[in-house]
Amino acid sequence: MAARLLGSSGFVSAPRTLFALATALLVGLGATNPTSAFAMKIQTVKSPGGIEAWLVEEHSVPLIAMRFAFEGGNSQDPPGKEGVANFLTAMLDEGAGELTAIEFQERMEEIAMRMGFEDSRDSFYGSFETLTENLDEAVELLRLAINKPRFDPDAMERIRGQLLTSLAFAAKDPDRVAAREWFAAAFPNHPYGRPAAGTEESLAAITREDLEAYRKRVFAKDTLKIAVVGDIDAQTLGKVLDRVFGELPEKADLVPIPFVEPKKGGDLQIIEMPVPQSVATFGLAGIPRKDPDFIPAFVMNHILGGGGFSSRLMEEVREKRGLAYSVYSYLQPYQHTAIFAGGVATKNEEIGQSLEVIRAELQRMATEGPTPEELENAKSYLIGSYPLRFDTNAKIANQLLGIMQDGLGQDYIEKRNSLIEAVTLEDVKRAAKRILETDNLIMTVVGQPKNLKVRS
Amino acid sequence: MAARVWASLATILAITMTLALAHRLEAQTRERRASEFTLSNGMQVVVVPDHRAPVVTHMVWYRVGAADEPPGVSGVAHFLEHLMFKSTEKLASGEFSRIVSRMGGQDNAFTSQDATAYFQRIAKDRLAKVMEMEADRMVNLRLTEAEVLTEREVILEERRSRVENNPQAVLDEQMNAVLYYSHPYGIPVIGWEHEIARLTREDALNFYKRHYAPNNAILVVTGDVTPEEVRRLAEDIYGRIPPNPEIKPRKRPMEPEQRAARRVEIKDPRAGKPSIQRYYVTPSYVTAEPGEAEALDLLMKITGSGATSRLYQKLVAKDKVASTAGGWYGGSSMDFGKIAVYAVPADGVSLSEVEAAIDAVLADIVANGVTEAELQRAKKSYLAEYIYESDNQATLARRYGWGLVVGRTVEDIESWPERISKVTREDIQKVAARYFDPRRSVTGTLLPVPPEGVEQTRTSAPNGRS
Repeated sequence: MAARLLGSSGFVSAPRTLFALATALLVGLGATNPTSAFAMKIQTVKSPGGIEAWLVEEHSVPLIAMRFAFEGGNSQDPPGKEGVANFLTAMLDEGAGELTAIEFQERMEEIAMRMGFEDSRDSFYGSFETLTENLDEAVELLRLAINKPRFDPDAMERIRGQLLTSLAFAAKDPDRVAAREWFAAAFPNHPYGRPAAGTEESLAAITREDLEAYRKRVFAKDTLKIAVVGDIDAQTLGKVLDRVFGELPEKADLVPIPFVEPKKGGDLQIIEMPVPQSVATFGLAGIPRKDPDFIPAFVMNHILGGGGFSSRLMEEVREKRGLAYSVYSYLQPYQHTAIFAGGVATKNEEIGQSLEVIRAELQRMATEGPTPEELENAKSYLIGSYPLRFDTNAKIANQLLGIMQDGLGQDYIEKRNSLIEAVTLEDVKRAAKRILETDNLIMTVVGQPKNLKVRS
Repeated sequence: MAARVWASLATILAITMTLALAHRLEAQTRERRASEFTLSNGMQVVVVPDHRAPVVTHMVWYRVGAADEPPGVSGVAHFLEHLMFKSTEKLASGEFSRIVSRMGGQDNAFTSQDATAYFQRIAKDRLAKVMEMEADRMVNLRLTEAEVLTEREVILEERRSRVENNPQAVLDEQMNAVLYYSHPYGIPVIGWEHEIARLTREDALNFYKRHYAPNNAILVVTGDVTPEEVRRLAEDIYGRIPPNPEIKPRKRPMEPEQRAARRVEIKDPRAGKPSIQRYYVTPSYVTAEPGEAEALDLLMKITGSGATSRLYQKLVAKDKVASTAGGWYGGSSMDFGKIAVYAVPADGVSLSEVEAAIDAVLADIVANGVTEAELQRAKKSYLAEYIYESDNQATLARRYGWGLVVGRTVEDIESWPERISKVTREDIQKVAARYFDPRRSVTGTLLPVPPEGVEQTRTSAPNGRS
């Protein structure tokens, strides 16, 4: 019921982890209806002002959910100002138009709307939910947040203090450190290698002008994608779109980001931290979303480490050897690179063994591929579980936005399951061989690992 | 004068809006109201239809959790939950999840102090199949020595991930241990490390035989089903399992009167920043006098939830003594609830200054109460949250499951929004005065410095491998 920053009471443990992560990574691939078992009608709405959105009308619950994204994300942070995008996500509801931070927040509560912003490497995301009856005022607050944020000095210093605090906690969190250092090792001299949440120095250097400059460069109509689901019709939505996004510049002014491959040749970095359990991140180059081998690779990853309890990594590392509570892999195509990566956490004494098992499993998949039975099971899961991603307004909106961002078009929804169905054993073997070149594996281990063999 | 009139007009409008919202909400919940019935063997069933997508959430809740463990085997409830995915007479180890996955479903489980729950999310035409498998492992769990020992290692790794690698979690664990003199809520759900390391197959099976039975379970199905369909399937599948006459209502050791404020301090260089938090023992929704738990929920929404809360506004926004501050009330447990407040001091501010600032905020609420505007905002927030949650069938399943497993009724769960609407400022001030009582509390501090004169904490399990 309540946000919990520190500690947690009523501890609930879920041993079967990682579905959330896997699901998040499926956006774009996982949006289709295998049997047309439910009639989800997507409309393309074009506002009088020319702004487009995808809409699914759902009038049975008096809620409206919107998800939108601008291209850019934190890879557009200027050098020396790392963390600008992240800072901005926290500032948009801290006062806008005539409303100060506290006035703005109180209005949001009074009409019970939900609004949040998030940055990734490639995108700046917005999410918005309201009860139908409060649509008008909720839209007004969203309009103000996007077009008229105040960036008052007082609010800026308060948020800066919070961001520095969360950076201090993150610096001691082995999972966060492992992820950050892995990207730094894989992408030296590239925006993807920089710390997305900034550093103490860069956060200290960020000014109001930096936030405003980022907003003006990135928030623009030409890269904007919008998905809406809920209790609203096309005509009403058209007006909403113009109100919220109509004042934005036509074109974004993005710094070009070069395409990059993760560093080759393999690496093992160990970051000392006094924890009993070492946390490891591993990964190498993946496959771009538009590559014909992407879907075979996606199926391969499901079998290897993406499929929760049915995956090979889970079987070998956890079920057979009891070496970890959680072990997983994922395939992530970014806009300017693509990776295959994963993670595991094992007590210091045995982390070396976990990593050896993982390496061996990657090699086995690369040389032998999956068994026919594994392939059938994976397809059967991927096809059959599709409707689970469409059972709430907010989830449908997320799925639609992912498809839009991947440039796949609405007809992808009809095609998707046949693409999975068509994947053959040969396809998966080919994709596995292409990706899983373990000599290029970059491993980052945080903790006090014992008996860890550094490969030359 | 004019401003005053306006203020009260605004208040009236706010109240009207809240009531209007509550009415619409009622219409909404009437439409989706849960159907409830009991099978001939005593298994309770709740069905909440939602026909928007052709999927269902199927959950079985057992009225047993970590607080029901015998002394010395802490963690056995959670251990058993893991082992429920191993072999039965019909299924090989791991087969349960593999079959669910092949059918395009997802499965998982969790353990709390009061409940153990298993669930699958799956296409509706597979409901009978998952029911059959869930019914099978309710009574046919087999377990081999090898799978038990391997899983014990997994749980020790889970404990390291959740607790040992995280000083904040260690503090939470120590504070809970000190918060309860007598009640088992003081023992962590995952168990103490030294006791987990000695758990056996026999411990798990004894616990299983004693607590897993249809008359100690609640079936919750939400999604694209009708109550009639579920009744037919449930009678046919779960109804075949005989009840266990040994099942008795739960009874745990209760707390004596708490008479002393307690303090816990942890020094750990792994803490990123100093922080302070405090827990107060309170009643839960099950044990509170009528209206008290609702008032506590609203009290803590106003005191500590989000950027408009008293703690955030005073400590972070106005006085700038903290970089973050907040609080919450957890009232869903069976025997006790808990209030928490916390803060991270701003640079250059001491923990004692921040603690004094927290105390001043709480004392002000006890002395002067909250404003009508705050109360109305908090109510609206909760009522809206209730509607937002209704968008999600998995969340709905949990709402009913959590309530029923600790002994609340469907009626009770569904009338929550109405009861929240009725809470007054006086009710809130009363529970603040009653429960912001230092004698019911433990205050914990975490300092990012090396411990003095103590050997490094032992972190690996003694005899962890056999």
